[in-house]
Amino acid sequence: MKEGQPSVVRRMQSGFRSSPRGFIFLSLLPALVLVLVFTYYPFLRGIVMAFQNYQLFDLTNVHFIGLDNFKTMFHDTKFQHAATNSVYWVFISLILQFSIGLTVALLMNKRFRGRGIFQGFVFYPWALSGFLIGLIWKWMFNSQIGVINDLLLHLGLIHERIGFLSDPSWAMTSVIVANVWYGIAFFAIMLLAALQSVPSELYEAGSMDGANGARKLFNITLPYIMPTVITTTLLRAIWIFNDPSIIYGLTNGGPAGSTHILSSLMLDKIMYGGDYGAASAIGIVMIGILLLYTIFYLTVTRSEKLGDF
Amino acid sequence: MKRNLSKGLKVVFLAVYLIVMAFPLYWIVITSLKPQKDIFSFPLKYWPDRLTFQNYINIIKISKFHIYIANSLLISLSAAVIVVCISVLSAYVLARFKFRAHRHVMLGFFLTQMLPGFVALAPLYLLMTRLDLINTRASLVLMYTVGLIPFSTILLKGFFERIPSSLEEAAMIDGCSRMSALVRVIMPVMLNGIAATFIFAFVQNWNELFVAVLFIDDESLKTLPVAMNSFVMKFDVDWGAMSAGTVLSVLPTIALFAVAQRFIVDGLTQGAVKG
Repeated sequence: MKEGQPSVVRRMQSGFRSSPRGFIFLSLLPALVLVLVFTYYPFLRGIVMAFQNYQLFDLTNVHFIGLDNFKTMFHDTKFQHAATNSVYWVFISLILQFSIGLTVALLMNKRFRGRGIFQGFVFYPWALSGFLIGLIWKWMFNSQIGVINDLLLHLGLIHERIGFLSDPSWAMTSVIVANVWYGIAFFAIMLLAALQSVPSELYEAGSMDGANGARKLFNITLPYIMPTVITTTLLRAIWIFNDPSIIYGLTNGGPAGSTHILSSLMLDKIMYGGDYGAASAIGIVMIGILLLYTIFYLTVTRSEKLGDF
Repeated sequence: MKRNLSKGLKVVFLAVYLIVMAFPLYWIVITSLKPQKDIFSFPLKYWPDRLTFQNYINIIKISKFHIYIANSLLISLSAAVIVVCISVLSAYVLARFKFRAHRHVMLGFFLTQMLPGFVALAPLYLLMTRLDLINTRASLVLMYTVGLIPFSTILLKGFFERIPSSLEEAAMIDGCSRMSALVRVIMPVMLNGIAATFIFAFVQNWNELFVAVLFIDDESLKTLPVAMNSFVMKFDVDWGAMSAGTVLSVLPTIALFAVAQRFIVDGLTQGAVKG
């Protein structure tokens, strides 16, 4: 600060530096109160339910039963199957969404005619709900009059109709296809933005050193966008793991439970069984898996940045 | 030669990708416009002989789609407006000041994004029953607002951080209070970010299904996704009606996306995930 400035200004400027406590408190209050009362309180209450007999249709008989919900769950073959499916669902969906999304983002990073319209088509699935995407794909996968069977027959890739959703050996692949289709947009948007933030001087320097396209990609582009890659893949994996809406719209877990993942099985327990105790027990296992995954992921990628707000 | 080859590959990839992305939308729209007999006819008709709006007329007559659209609009808009108002305040404070609980508040908001939401659903139902809000539009407005506050705050915080604080300091030297500096000076500068947050919130609310299914029973209060959900249960075989309903449900958000694509891409990317 220059000397000889009027003292009023000096006092006001020190006022900006020292935090105005009342303003901070009042501004945060609505957000904090709402999130504590309507997210954290019910969430903790839900965790307690995992140790209770808590059935919607038998609310007079709510009592603690220790680990019984967990014992029943671990012996349930549906649960074991859904747990395996969850891993498969997240892993395959994530790899395909990411690699296709990155390819699209790299190609879109250069100007070409019609890029604006192309971008619109890349992004629009994001405006749709998972449930409706499930419905649309259910219609396309239909074994009798579904357009996918028809197209594959025309192309000569198959010789008889496939029951994509009714055949348990195809069902999981089919829901993953719909999920990949839905999720590419997210990576394309995020990665495209990251690519556009790479300073062009880096590429110029690379060219002077005689780096070719592939070298530039691996030595300049990818390292530069790495933080975005780590954040987006971490977040996306959690969302794919937690969101049952595509499966709900497409197969509702069928046929015979073959496409349930943990979150859709949990939804099933709530919507059709009213068994909140059992659902919460699944929820706790999911939280455990997510915690392990996050810790593992952050250790492997050595990303301390994520926790640094 | 090599360059031409790789350029050709790119064009092929982009073309195939475009078709794969666009086709499901095309197929659901064209199905909704086909007469009943064309929908189930062999060979499949990729372009119908005759287009008809009969499916749309049917579902509006049978299942009062206009009521659901009105409910969805009212609920999604109100919740999006409230979310933006609340989150602008919390994001501004978190972007500008370091205080003792800063890290804890941010962590608390981040954690909500990781929690499997259904764990909280049953207790929320009980809470809403006690507050006498079950079967009201207000319950959904409240739930959607709460659900989006953490993400919107994180998003908006990114925008505030890109605006130099000297801007409001200058306004305050000129005699503005901090609040009026925020509203009159800062918010106009980050209108893009606010628009992106608002649209994101609106689309999320418009699409939400599970909370609405659990909280709303009354036919006249249902939102579009809830109506589509019960529609699926009732008319599982009537794909003409189902596709018309799907088109009515998705067109508003697609239109919104098309108009505001620039804000969204700019907003979601630079706000949410900084490199």
